[in-house]
Amino acid sequence: MATYFVKVFISYRKGVLDPQGVAVEKAAHQLGFTKVKNVRVGKYITMEIEADSPEEVKREVEEMAKKFLVNPVIEEYTYEIEEVE
Amino acid sequence: MKFGIPVYPGSNCDRDVGWVVEKVLGHEAVYLWHAEKDLKGVDCVIVPGGFSYGDYLRAGAMAKISPVTEAICEFAEKGGLVMGICNGFQILLEAGLLPGAMLPNKTLSFICKFVHLKVENNQTPFTHLYRKGEVVRIPIAHAEGNYTCPPETLKEIEENGQVVVRYSSPKGEVSEEFNPNGSLNNIAGICNRRGNVFGLMPHPERASEAILGSVDGLRMFRSIVESVVRA
Repeated sequence: MATYFVKVFISYRKGVLDPQGVAVEKAAHQLGFTKVKNVRVGKYITMEIEADSPEEVKREVEEMAKKFLVNPVIEEYTYEIEEVE
Repeated sequence: MKFGIPVYPGSNCDRDVGWVVEKVLGHEAVYLWHAEKDLKGVDCVIVPGGFSYGDYLRAGAMAKISPVTEAICEFAEKGGLVMGICNGFQILLEAGLLPGAMLPNKTLSFICKFVHLKVENNQTPFTHLYRKGEVVRIPIAHAEGNYTCPPETLKEIEENGQVVVRYSSPKGEVSEEFNPNGSLNNIAGICNRRGNVFGLMPHPERASEAILGSVDGLRMFRSIVESVVRA
């Protein structure tokens, strides 16, 4: 058994309007960051998982995403796994 | 008849719905605690508004895995009548009983005000006491009522008459000007294909007594009663 540190990044799918992203982008432009575009605001979730292998962690994370972490109608996600020393 | 009202941590319209059922309609209201998977033989379920589980993760995302929600899904699959109001609608979407999802309001603000709704489908157990095209006045109170779904789903629910109520002007004009939250096609409430599950963002329980400024919501509850009694 090892402990794995997992980072899950959730954001709205492409094509789904992100009202928060739009507001942040407007604010950035107002402050003079005029080259900024396509701002998206998402969620960042971290967790630790005890498992025998990275593959097992992968299965756990994907199953959790499917069951409740992510709503596939509006969201997409990526994740990173690293073993904790 | 017996109305079941699930209560999640953070529900806050459960007693309002119970009040309408008991004091206004004279029927029985049974509160169903979220941790119990027992619907206690109710004839209909009304999932109330509020902030179940503090809207953590997404509105309705935690409530969808509650034991009581599991029981509600089984009840709906057997044809039982389920209505979700506001957060209750969000829970029904998350649970997959209704298609689509909610995004934050286009204004990014919490909106609490009376709106006008056009009844698009009066052939449901929840709306048969309204006239088709009738405009009613019922309040909304939400931060995430911006309904969205993939284009093919939108086409399907429009073609099947699953859009039950739409935000409109007092005269029934449906346009962006009268869309409070950015909802696709001004959608305020939808039902499933079978017609036994209905969700809406406006609060009919807050428009069921004259003292509250409108009684337009009461016919939703009366429609349910007539549907159940007739069946």
